[in-house]
Amino acid sequence: MREGMFRNVSGCAISGIISKSGKRFSGQTIVDSVAVMHERSNGLGGGFSAYGIYPEYKDYYAFHIFYDHKTAKRDCEEFLEEHFEIINLSKIPTRKVPQITDEPLIWRYFLTPLPTKLADSQLDEREYTVRCVIRINTTVSGAHVFSSGKNMGVFKAMGYPEDVGRFYRLEEYEGYCFTAHGRYPTNTPGWWGGAHPFALLDYSTVHNGEISSYDANRRTIEMYGYKCTLQTDTEVITYIIDYLHRKKGLTLKEICSVIAAPFWSDIERKPQEDREELEYLRNAFSPLLITGPFSIIVGFEGGLMALNDRLKLRSMVVAEKGDTVYVASEEAAIRVIENNPDKIWHPKGGEGVIITLEKGNP
Amino acid sequence: MNLLANNLGFRMLNEIIRNTEEDITIDGCFGERFIGSGASSKIITVNGTPGNALGAYLDGATIIVNGNAQDAVGDTMNDGKIIIHGSAGDVLGYAMRGGKIYVKHDAGYRTGIHMKEYEDKKPIITVGGTVGSFLGEYLAGGIIIVLGLNTDACPVGNFTGTGMHGGKILIRSQEEPKYLPKQVCVNRADEEDLRSVKEYLEEFAALFGYGMDEIMSKSFYRLTPNARNPYKRLYTYN
Repeated sequence: MREGMFRNVSGCAISGIISKSGKRFSGQTIVDSVAVMHERSNGLGGGFSAYGIYPEYKDYYAFHIFYDHKTAKRDCEEFLEEHFEIINLSKIPTRKVPQITDEPLIWRYFLTPLPTKLADSQLDEREYTVRCVIRINTTVSGAHVFSSGKNMGVFKAMGYPEDVGRFYRLEEYEGYCFTAHGRYPTNTPGWWGGAHPFALLDYSTVHNGEISSYDANRRTIEMYGYKCTLQTDTEVITYIIDYLHRKKGLTLKEICSVIAAPFWSDIERKPQEDREELEYLRNAFSPLLITGPFSIIVGFEGGLMALNDRLKLRSMVVAEKGDTVYVASEEAAIRVIENNPDKIWHPKGGEGVIITLEKGNP
Repeated sequence: MNLLANNLGFRMLNEIIRNTEEDITIDGCFGERFIGSGASSKIITVNGTPGNALGAYLDGATIIVNGNAQDAVGDTMNDGKIIIHGSAGDVLGYAMRGGKIYVKHDAGYRTGIHMKEYEDKKPIITVGGTVGSFLGEYLAGGIIIVLGLNTDACPVGNFTGTGMHGGKILIRSQEEPKYLPKQVCVNRADEEDLRSVKEYLEEFAALFGYGMDEIMSKSFYRLTPNARNPYKRLYTYN
């Protein structure tokens, strides 16, 4: 069963933790956090993104790939060998968990673009890599690249997030930032590739909600070379963020003003300079406005961003303790791992919370 | 009776609560949902962070939270009292039709939306701090009081009282609430308004250790539906 084969009517759980000093900690913490929100998921998808976990390979793209069968692996590896130097490859270590069944073949590759191929393509390295990911996901039958950033990785599966964490032995990884998702699919049946996070390069998105602008957003983003293969709204959010941040060079704050733009009535009341900027952003990128309920956590190299739709139709709580920042759908998911935060607050709709490492990149 | 929430899980926890007449103290609470839903008697004290829909359909019991509450507290509550020694999340008192909710600090978006009253059934929400946008949206009855004790600004967000066609919102603030929809009338609260809520303000002060002098140290604004511009034949003529 794949996304789009039937329509399934219904919340989700999201959680994120980042150490601003870049201190690495075990993935067990994020598992403990998201597990508290068990009732927000229905077992049809769970996943994590983890940043700073591959320091020994930090200069190489880490591809995590699902294969339906060996032929897919053979075809995909043929493509990878034509386009990249494969520094290392291995099965991603998993453990048998009764709740997680029917797993595909799950492989990890550390890659660097072949210099001649890269030069021939006249693309920069990141764009080259993105195009390769899209090529595999749209043309290699049975192969799905679900993680493609440097020094980060996505781990996702069919199941409840706490079981997915155990399945992938997440407690054995150490990173400076983690995000998590428990899925309650609303429109599609749910399969391994359709679980969150959705990631492209180092951008990953976890999302609670259902965007009503999906098709307008999809049509727009596909004009810029992206291919939405999964029919889920979170995929399109990931591509919008990649497009606006990497390709158009917008700041994350500006991106918030595009995808969760203030109402025109709010913009009218702003001081002239702010008003002009907000009007520009709304006009220039109007088809990338995301409407409908959402709360998202976007991970990227060196930081994390949390954002609610402008009407705040989904819940989100943020807390700080020392140099660690916590974000979750529910306060309990923070309290269970940090019961005495220095500060706890509910960001307003459309008000992005952007946390970056104090020293820039790790 | 003492219960440890995180050992029981929300189903078992709520089953025990339903099947006893004793007062209950719950410790170790991390997001367990539906606590005290439909309860008609007893006092339930929660230490920790109760999950969503705390006291939904509450029918006479008293719930005391030592901590913050999450979303949807007192959903469709009919009678009783919920006291939160902290803040509440979004959608506090949704469609509430009786009883009282007191929140020491802030409440989130959509506080008191769709509240209604009928004869002796009159829901009252009192929030000590600020609230998010959409306060009292579609309000049909009852009273919402926002005190802004932790701010110098007007303590309400955007779209306050949108679609309101009954009930009353009282906002304690130095400045008049701005950008209200035109179907809402805003006036300085008069003696009669303040007299009508005196008992709730006194109860709030007593619960959370405030002085009445402090609470009455700023002016109050009263929001009511604009009777001259009612929601009538909206789709035909507007």
